[in-house]
Order: sequence, then C-alpha cells, then structure tokens
Amino acid sequence: MLRKTRIVLAALFITGITLLFLGIGHNWWGWMAKLQFLPSLLALNFAVIIGILLLTLLSGRIYCSVICPMGIFQDLVLWIRRKGGEKMQKRQARRIRKLKEQGSDARITVRQYTKKFEYRKEHRLVRYSVLALSVVSIFVSGQMLIALIAPYSAYGRMVRSIAATGTDSMTLPLLVTGLLTLVIICLCAWRWGREYCNTVCPVGTFLSLFSRFSLFRPVIDESKCVNCARCARGCKASCIDFKTHKIDYSRCVDCFDCIETCQEGALEYKYAGFCKCTPKDAGPAVKAGADSVDQGRRAFLATGVVVAAGSVVHAQDHMHGGLAEVIDKKTPERSERLVPFGAGSVKSFYDHCTACQLCVSACKNGVLQPSSDLGHFLQPYMSYEDGYCRPECTACSQVCPAGAIKPVTVEQKQTIRIGVAKVNLDLCLPAQGKDSCGNCSYHCPSGAIRMVRQQGSRNQIPTVSEDRCIGCGACENLCPSRPISAITVDGLSIHRNA
Amino acid sequence: MGAGAAVATIDACTPDVAKKAGKASTSNKDLHGKMLQNYPGIGVLGYGCMRWPQKRNEQGRNVIDQEEVNRLVDFALEHGVNYFDTSPVYLGGDSERATAEALNRHPRDKWKIATKMSVFNATTYEACVEMYRNSLRIFKTDYLDYYLLHGIGTLNDFNTRFKNTGAMDFLLKEREAGHIKNLGFSFHGNQEGFDQIIALHEQYHWDFVQIQMNYVDWEHPNGRNTRADYLYAELDKREIPIVIMEPLRGGALSDVPAQIADQLKAREPERSIASWAFRYVGSFPRVLTALSGMTYMEHLQDNLESFLDFQPLDDEEKKFLLDVATLMEDYPLVKCTACNYCMPCPYGINIPGIFKFYNDNITADTFVKSKEQKDYTRKRRKYLLAYNEAIPTVRQADHCIACRRCERDCPQNIRIPDELRRIDRYIESLKRETLE
Repeated sequence: MLRKTRIVLAALFITGITLLFLGIGHNWWGWMAKLQFLPSLLALNFAVIIGILLLTLLSGRIYCSVICPMGIFQDLVLWIRRKGGEKMQKRQARRIRKLKEQGSDARITVRQYTKKFEYRKEHRLVRYSVLALSVVSIFVSGQMLIALIAPYSAYGRMVRSIAATGTDSMTLPLLVTGLLTLVIICLCAWRWGREYCNTVCPVGTFLSLFSRFSLFRPVIDESKCVNCARCARGCKASCIDFKTHKIDYSRCVDCFDCIETCQEGALEYKYAGFCKCTPKDAGPAVKAGADSVDQGRRAFLATGVVVAAGSVVHAQDHMHGGLAEVIDKKTPERSERLVPFGAGSVKSFYDHCTACQLCVSACKNGVLQPSSDLGHFLQPYMSYEDGYCRPECTACSQVCPAGAIKPVTVEQKQTIRIGVAKVNLDLCLPAQGKDSCGNCSYHCPSGAIRMVRQQGSRNQIPTVSEDRCIGCGACENLCPSRPISAITVDGLSIHRNA
Repeated sequence: MGAGAAVATIDACTPDVAKKAGKASTSNKDLHGKMLQNYPGIGVLGYGCMRWPQKRNEQGRNVIDQEEVNRLVDFALEHGVNYFDTSPVYLGGDSERATAEALNRHPRDKWKIATKMSVFNATTYEACVEMYRNSLRIFKTDYLDYYLLHGIGTLNDFNTRFKNTGAMDFLLKEREAGHIKNLGFSFHGNQEGFDQIIALHEQYHWDFVQIQMNYVDWEHPNGRNTRADYLYAELDKREIPIVIMEPLRGGALSDVPAQIADQLKAREPERSIASWAFRYVGSFPRVLTALSGMTYMEHLQDNLESFLDFQPLDDEEKKFLLDVATLMEDYPLVKCTACNYCMPCPYGINIPGIFKFYNDNITADTFVKSKEQKDYTRKRRKYLLAYNEAIPTVRQADHCIACRRCERDCPQNIRIPDELRRIDRYIESLKRETLE
C-alpha cells in the first residue's frame, strides 16, 4: 500500500515536471517546480524549505522518492532494468527447461540477469565534501557549480536537451551537458541504484542530516527476520545491513520496496521515536577554501562586429516574386548582461539561478537562452536576435522556482527598467542617408525613442530618452540593420523603476 | 481585331475530340463541349502564366515544376485553351522559359503567345529591344501573336518608357513586318490616365487592350484605379478587343467571406464560387480572352466547366453579383491579387503572404473580432500560432520600415506599408489582448 501510493505520487510528479520543461501546462502543475528544494532555498522560500525538512524529520527522505524528478527518473531506469532482467531470466529458464526435456547434457552457464544490490558503506568523505563545497559555492555566488549536480535542474537540462534538439533555442553546451548528465545518471542508476542520491547529490546529503532522526521509518523486527537477505538485495540505496538488522536512515529514500519484499513481515514502516539507529554519524565538515569561481568572463560569445554598411539586401533587378534573403542577426556587444524583468539585478539573478532551464522553455519569444559562458554556464541570458521581450508576457517570472526571476505583473513590467537602448548611427539607415526608417520608434512600447531631424541633415534619426527606455529590445529586434542592429540594448546591473 | 491578327485557324473542340482527348490525358475528369470563342480562333479562357506550380529543388529554392506545367498545357490545348499570357519578369524571370518549353512541344499554329515589354523604370532603347528579341528567342519563333506594353497608367508613363526611348517606333515597325501580330498594352491606373492612353488609338491603333475586370472591379476598384465598367464601355465604343486580367482578383473571388459564399452556393450549389467570376467576364462579347493563372489541374478543370458550352449570365444574375460586390466592400480585406510585383521586398517582408493570411482569416471567419466574441481565447491563440506558422517572424509585418518601394510597383494601388501597419496593429492588439 505504502509502496503503491509512493509510485502513484511519483508518477504524477515526474509527469507534471517533465511537461513543465516541455512548456506544457504551467497553470496546472507549476507548483510542482516550486516544491523543489534547491530552487526554494535560493528563492529563500522558507515555507517550502521548512515543509520539506519537517516532512523529512517526520518520515524520512520521502522527498527523494516522490518530489525530486531526478530520483524518480532513476527509479524509472531501475524499473526498466528489473523488468528487462526478469524477462531475460525467464527466457533463460525456458531454455534450460527445453534442454533438460530434450535430455541434453550440455553444460549451461546460468547467468544472473536481475540486479541484486547489497549493503555498502557510505562514501562519507565524498558525500560531505560535496555538500560543503555546495554550501560554499552558494556563498561565493558560484551557483553554476552546484547547479551542475543539483538534481532538479540537472533533470531539467536532460529533458531540454532531448526536447529542444533541432529547435533554435538549442545550444551546443546545453546539448552536451544535458546528454552527458543523462548518460551518467542512467549508467550510475543501472549499476549502483541510488548511489548518485547518496553520494553526489547535495540535496540528498543535506536531507540525510534530518532523515536519520525521522520519527517514522522502516524497521527490521529481529525476532521475525530469517536473514534471507531479500530486502538488502532489493535495496537500491544499498542501505540495509541484514546481518546486523540495521538500516542506514541517512541513505534510505523511503521507497518501501523492502517492506513489500519481506515475506516474513519482519519489515515495518512505523513510529520509532527519536532514537538513533544509524551506524555512526558524522556532522558536516565544512571545508573552506573552495576554488573561487572565475567570474571574470563577462564577455559574451565574441561577435566580431561585421561592418554592416548596406547590410540590407537590395533587390538586384525588377524581376517579380521571390523573397529577399534575410541575414540572421548577431548578438551585439553589451556592456552589461540583460536579465529578465523581475530579476532585480544581474547579481541577484545569477545568485539564485540553478540553470534548470524552466524559464528558457517558458520563453515563447526566443529571448532567453542558456549561456555558454564559463562564469555562468547554462544560466540563461536575454538576447534579441530572434525576438524581443513582449510587453504582455511574464512567463519566465511566473515559472522560476528559485526566485531568480520574481513574479511581475504585466503592469509592473511596463515600469521596470532592465536595460537601455543606444543607437549606432554608423549602421542606422536614415543616418547613413539610405532609406528613411523609424521602425524602432514606431514599435517602442514605452515611447522612449523619438525621431529627430539631425542638425544639418534631411533625415530623421532615432534618439533614446534613457530614463524612459525599459530595455525590452523591440527596437533592436525590429531594426532593419543586419547582422548587427543599429540600435542595441545594454543591460542595467541593478534594475530600477522607470 | 487588327488586320494583322487574322490567324483564324479554328481549332475549337468538337465534343468528340474533347472526349477522346479527355481519355488520353492523365486526368480522369470527363470534360466535353465547345470552348467559347468571341473572336474566331481564340478561346475565351486564356492561360495566365504568372502562377505556374512550383516545387523545391535540392538547394531548397522554389523552381517551376516543369513536368506539371507540361501536363497543364497539354490539357489546356486539348480543350481549346490556346491563349498564353506571360512576361519576362514573371516568376523571377522564369515564366517565359517554362511556358515556351511546354508550348514548343506542340505545333506553332496551335497556340497564341502573348508576352510583354516589361520595362518599368528609366530604361533605354537597347534594353527594350533586347527584351523583345529575347522573348522571340525563348519561344523559338519569328512572330509574337500578342505583344503588350506592360502596365502603363499615364501618358507620362508611356512617354518616358516607350515613346522617348524609341521603343514604340521600333514595335510599330515590327508589327508592320509581321513579327508582332497584335500590339496592345495592359493598363493599371486612374481614369484620366486611361483617357490619355486610349486617345493614342488614333495614332497607333491598339489591336487589343488588357484591363482588370471582374464583378468587384466593375464598380469598386481599389484606390484610384479606374472602374472596369468605364474601361469596358470606352473600349467597346472603339471596338477594341479586350483581354481580361484578374477575372478572379488573384483568387479573392474564389475565397469570398463565408456569408457571401453561402449566397452564391444557395443559387448554384453544384458550381464553384470561382465559376461565378468567370461566367461574369465571359458574358461580355467584347472579351477576347479572360486570363486565369491556373496553378493546379483542378483550377483548369473547374474553369473549363464554365467555358465549355458556355452559358452567359442573364441581367438578373449580373445584378446579383454586383450586389455581392457591394456587400464585400464591408469586409476589411486587402485588395491584393498576389501578383508579386512588389516582391522581393528588400527587407525580406513576405507582403502577399501577409495579405493572404489576413484575408483568408476574414473570409474563413477565423478572424478575431472582439474580446466579447464566443471562443475568443481559442480563436486568438489559433490566429497567432497560425500567423507564425504562415510567415516566419523575420518576414512579418512589424519588420516593414515603410520605405515605400513596393507602393510604386503595386498595380492595385494598395498602400502597402499602411496596410502592413494596419495588420500589424491588429496583430499587436491580439497579442496584447487590447482588442475592443
């Protein structure tokens, strides 16, 4: 019963969260992302954190089996492994029976296809070092380090790397990281069960500090136990020592498989009080002096500014029909990064972001992209080559579970300034005496761009009222100058009100 | 018709011939009957070669689907369609070649070719003559049945392009020498311009004139363009044969708003919407031929059904269509015929594509009218998705910078940038949900 409930809940969660990363149904299961531990921690969402900790204190690491998509994903891999193994085992049995019936005396090597786990000691040093490093990296704003191994965002990247392949929002670093994570996690789960959760995952290790004191837990009744080892062999966390009848509750993820497996009824999930039944305990050894993160690399992918004199393709002749080629836009140099409305400041954004890619998948305008810059690996940034931050859209701020992008309303969005546009008259068509234009001014939602007749010139050129510009990028995206727009947006390090 | 135009081999289809031909062709449609001819030897259904079917080649570019063109031309000739109208500038300059390739598989006396001197801006005598000689070369012939000064609108226009360059004198000599059987012009413009150019009839003797005529343009032309009823009457008065272009307004009269389509279908449930437009122009005796840019076999067959054993509309039916045209004025349609003269836009905007998307949604009633409307959310979502699907974002209306190059080239006199901005404002109001 307990196990079945766990499986149903887990199925719901992984379906919901996977759909979220596919950009489907945020209104229905958006809350699932908000229950994730690390994002909530970075968002300082204390209600969720305390909730998860209380749940862990009460009943162990249920979070790892039901809420964490990465944990459920590994269970899925293990389930496939078990089903496949059983099938192979049956096939082998049939073959043997057949051979026996035929009276063959050929020697058959009987192979073990189903996975059997056994009790292993915890890798204490690795576990706590990773946790310590993660804590340090949060304090020194190196979120990207912890984000690489944190379960929820790693899962998000896995899904994105598969789902977004072939679309414009795909970048090579994301693809490589996502697929690499997928391969490693699959292999690791296949071979060692929940080893990732109990050795690498900082969230798992942190929760283990509480789960070892949990009030409810699976307990082995020594009087009933016949030492058959079924429970230990089925334990994907390798935490049941059947010989001593001890369970390492710091690693048990409350899957309840053992309870179902035990034919003697010796295992029971019950109230056990505040006793410490774990083999030895070690407090977290906070290791200082973690590598300081190289924050120096601010620069975007270096875009050599192609001098785009006459960048617009003009029709060569007057033949009718056909479409002129449109050169793709290139990312311009920006003096400061552009981060979404609701981020507050560039620093705050990168301090909170776990690079889970949820906002990237929510952005329907092609503005948010994962960075390939080492300093902010896979954390998103905004750019306006394929679209601009539309005034009616607040999708990224609604989905962010980490508080990197705080919720804003459409009305609030009009009053926040995240960047400021600047004009490069060397590229601007009217300033260069080519076509009259004014498209930036026409489409500016805040009326910040005005066309002014330059002194001594016939043409009207765009000028920006710096204090009105909110940095949405409509001007940059719709500027006819290609590949580099004549009007581009620089980020503001601290967002402010218009 | 001019004296030089007497190539009167009557190759009309008898029912027997057509039946046999119908079997021989790849189509399974059994079409028979006699092709309508108002002037001997010319089928009133003419082939406009501006919209040949296209396909993507290995490089991903659109090229004319020659195999299909051949099939269409064969079928057309079998059924008495023998007037083919092309121009050196159609389909990126490839229409003449593709048309010639298909036609030259048949004896020269079976088809009539009409092509044009398609010089538009400042030009030279040499460029004009070269364009003319090139057409002769492409069609591997020493005479052109019909030759047009392409799209003139005012006397000034005629003078700069054809008179002052000396091209007109050259063409008159070519007509005398029999290399041009019929010399005429195609017209887009206002009434004053038409009066000026038709006045030249005394001097040059226009053998035919090509005008835009259909039941909408009859009384409701776009912008400053001339009413077709006036054009027809003036030409009729002078007994000049008339070639009709855009009898279907670039397909707009086959895809009319749903409520109007209902009215047409209520009268003739079995006939296509388009057939009304063709029967309308076919009912005027001064019409030499009515050009239709039939891209698909189905278009051709549907039109043939109208013109084989043709039944003219009576006065009541004509009146009905004119009422329909009046009703259509109430819809905010862009009067684009997808002639592509505005293309390619130097900024990459897909102008006819955007207009088509906008019009199609109005006629199909998938246009979102107001926030209060039933199904507003679903319709809005669908509309916006479909827009991105139909037009890549970099080619959408918001990228138009209003350089107004296209406006000069539009034969329909559409203020293209203004219309694009109107559509963009509409789409913006959908996106921002600020629709009334």
